[in-house]
Amino acid sequence: MPDIVSGLIRASPSVSSKPDRLSVRLSCSRVTAPDHLHALESEAVHVFREVAAELERPVLLFSGGKDSIVLLRLAEKAFRPGRFPFPVMHVDTGHNFPEVLEYRDRRVEEIGERLIVAKVEDSIAAGRAREEWDASKPGSSRNRLQTVTLLDAIEHGRFDAAFGGARRDEERARAKERIFSFRDDFGQWDPRAQRPEVWNLYNGRIRRGEHVRVFPLSNWTELDIWHYIRQEELELPSIYFAHEREVFEHDGMLYAVSEYVEPSSEPFTESVRYRTVGDMTITGAVRSSATVVADVISEIAATRVTERGETRADDRTSEAAMEDRKRLGYF
Amino acid sequence: MTVPDSTAAATGVPTGTGKQLLRLATAGSVDDGKSTLIGRLLLDAKLILQDTLDALHRNGTDGAPDLASITDGLRAEREQGITIDVAYRYFTTPRRAFIIADTPGHERYTRNMVTGASTAQLAVILIDARHGIIEQSRRHACLSGLLGIRHMVAAVNKMDLVDWDESRFRAIESEFSALAQQLGVHDARSFPISALNGDNVVERGAAGWYDGPPLLEHLEAVDVASDRGAGPLRLPVQWVIRPEDGARGERRYAGQLAGGTLRPGDPVVVLPAGSRTTVTAVETHDGPLESAAPPDSVSVQLADDLDVGRGELLCSPGQLPASGRRIEATVCWMSESPLRAGEHVALKHTTRTVRAAVESIDSLLDLTTLGDGPPPDELSLNDIARITLRTAAPIVADPYTENRTTGAFILIDEDSNDTVAAGMVRRVRAGGREPEHSPGVTWHESGLEREHRWDSLGTRGATVWLTGLPASGKSTIAAQLERILVEDGHPAYFLDGDNLRHGLSGDLAFSPADRTENIRRVAHVARLIADAGMVAIASLVSPAHHDRALARELHEAAGLPFLEVYVDTPVEVAEKRDPKGLYALARAGRLQDFTGVSAPYEVPEQPDVTVRTAEEDVSASAERLKQALERLWFPA
Repeated sequence: MPDIVSGLIRASPSVSSKPDRLSVRLSCSRVTAPDHLHALESEAVHVFREVAAELERPVLLFSGGKDSIVLLRLAEKAFRPGRFPFPVMHVDTGHNFPEVLEYRDRRVEEIGERLIVAKVEDSIAAGRAREEWDASKPGSSRNRLQTVTLLDAIEHGRFDAAFGGARRDEERARAKERIFSFRDDFGQWDPRAQRPEVWNLYNGRIRRGEHVRVFPLSNWTELDIWHYIRQEELELPSIYFAHEREVFEHDGMLYAVSEYVEPSSEPFTESVRYRTVGDMTITGAVRSSATVVADVISEIAATRVTERGETRADDRTSEAAMEDRKRLGYF
Repeated sequence: MTVPDSTAAATGVPTGTGKQLLRLATAGSVDDGKSTLIGRLLLDAKLILQDTLDALHRNGTDGAPDLASITDGLRAEREQGITIDVAYRYFTTPRRAFIIADTPGHERYTRNMVTGASTAQLAVILIDARHGIIEQSRRHACLSGLLGIRHMVAAVNKMDLVDWDESRFRAIESEFSALAQQLGVHDARSFPISALNGDNVVERGAAGWYDGPPLLEHLEAVDVASDRGAGPLRLPVQWVIRPEDGARGERRYAGQLAGGTLRPGDPVVVLPAGSRTTVTAVETHDGPLESAAPPDSVSVQLADDLDVGRGELLCSPGQLPASGRRIEATVCWMSESPLRAGEHVALKHTTRTVRAAVESIDSLLDLTTLGDGPPPDELSLNDIARITLRTAAPIVADPYTENRTTGAFILIDEDSNDTVAAGMVRRVRAGGREPEHSPGVTWHESGLEREHRWDSLGTRGATVWLTGLPASGKSTIAAQLERILVEDGHPAYFLDGDNLRHGLSGDLAFSPADRTENIRRVAHVARLIADAGMVAIASLVSPAHHDRALARELHEAAGLPFLEVYVDTPVEVAEKRDPKGLYALARAGRLQDFTGVSAPYEVPEQPDVTVRTAEEDVSASAERLKQALERLWFPA
């Protein structure tokens, strides 16, 4: 399907074949410390395998965003040539970028694993959640409702562990969250009752009804993710690279014009890319001319604003916005 | 500023960032300026982004950013102005990537400091130049040393407040060096800084007399890589990869290297099974490797078709770790509820989890001197102590000082599922909790049913276990019970604690560990006698719950009646009797570890029978025990 393929951009199309990289790794693995990405990769692979071994029914949360794309690659590193000992799950708000959904389906099919899609619309239809999105109010979204759908899907699938792509550098509350983050039977996080996490010894014991959110990327930064994407030649949804798009400005952010949101100001066409991928209703674009990974890395290295501060309306609400949502069971 | 490294760009080969990772832990309180230092590092290295900086300015006073508030992540911390939990911070310079585990300094949060230090390669200890090395600084240094951190830095802060007095700094510097020396840390350096003003943190500062590098330059240069791959091979098997259509031989054993170097062709021993084989391939998703070293996550293929599973350890032959059921360890107790000897926990070590009992609490560590204090009755939150554990299955471990991965473990409360302790192995010994079987030895069944044997003798077997203080009257009652049982046609045999120590336990002293071993032996002898169809009457002080529990478990597992008898005699009465003059010796300090005087006696919580010798005469007591036995054999 050429229309989908055109929506994908190979990271660094000019790079040479994998054996070159391997020989580089081999030659440096004995004498010096490993490259820090290699150390982070080894740590994440270890986390994946611990969860697979110690918990009964894990699931990997996959949004089609860059962090979960890296997560998927790390799962391949941990379990290939075997199958993943868990399915992949997407919580679909119904407001995603179409490029991302196309990517999601294609990628999961490529790796030959099972995809579960949990829809917020189903939660609304079943009366489990009440609509909070209003197309005439930019900034309104189904973001909070995802939590209901996620918790229902976890309960329904009887999952006891959910891998997520959260990183500690994203936000202050995240900086104190464990790699194994416990949720009670209401899915809630209690920052005061976290288990000590010493060495690489993770304690995955839980009671029935409880589950663990596991964050193998905890120690990665936004730039690490991009360097890894370049190293691994990972495909990304096209919206991560500069493209012409019709946008409008609202509350200091650039929103995409879409069927989900009515522009509050005069739309204009701009060369933009996305730094994070969330709903079209709340994810802001940044002006950019970066069309390949190396350019994105340069832009991010030079930026003076954090990714969530720049592009996520949901995190700008209050200083403790993320902490509050996490307590309720957010990703 | 962070830029993609130029060599990769030039060749087009993506090699990641080419930077080494340094994990460091900072310890100190807000008063020392620790958070300010971290804020300064991030700010001057231009790693604080504009929106974060804006927030800091909103919190700060007089237009200066509140650097300290960067590290206070949780609402409760901001509200109370304290750091409660470990916060992880990340920054990158052109030479290195850093992970900072920022830990609170107060004694109340020792467990959080242990958490942060457990993965750190370098510790930054904050010292207020006005106060010098205070007790808290010593604690931080000792904890870092205890957790195996080999590189230490003293950030002597607030130098501006002592007018950059060189002699002040030099005094602290030499005291810190001496402390590091005492801890066995050979790389220790001091830096005179002002975190608030930024002197000698990222840029050089006010002191003309200081000719060393700024702190960051040192952090970028310190050599933490040279010991990579040193030591014997250790690879804990974490997961078995079975290729989808793979034959059995293609299984791969996956894990993260914990020590040594691994190459195809290496001979390995699989522990605890003990089988030997050869590594045929070291694999990753990206293809085979010529060699791997910690912290690589890899998988291996083995020459022989062995049944290797999670929890086993691949090791270099000739350099095997110790294997055993008795673990002597240093632990940091991390739970609000106290730990007492005798309690059962789950122990997770590398990829293996086993049940364990706390055999004894041996001493409490004084962190300001690293000296041993007398053992407490129980461990409280944040205590650091030496303890002895017995595990239900053998543990294969190295001393923590030799390997920070295969020497580390956590304890888990099996009721709450909480992680309650971080532990560091000091020694692994063979003796321990009673094994189901000795390896290579099978229990020989005589083929004769116990009931059949008992019926032909016209008798029943049982064990009566008398516990109590020395000179409480145990042996007198035991001898009387033996007599009336035998007279009544029940064969019985009196196992006297003192007599047994002449032969069977002649090699043991009176330390908690030796007492446990003595009781283990007596319990076994009693079980054999009972199984044979006689009444074994054991008379031992047996002061510890867990030892008596072991004796009971042993009998219950074998389906044999067991009667625990508490001979309850007040210590004043026992001391007055003192037929062997032992109390007198103990009071005079000439007898160590004497129960009731210088060693504790744990009163049985639920004995089957309690005998109060001050209120009942010997024959009445013996008669009651005989009746209790009969009730066990022939329940109404």
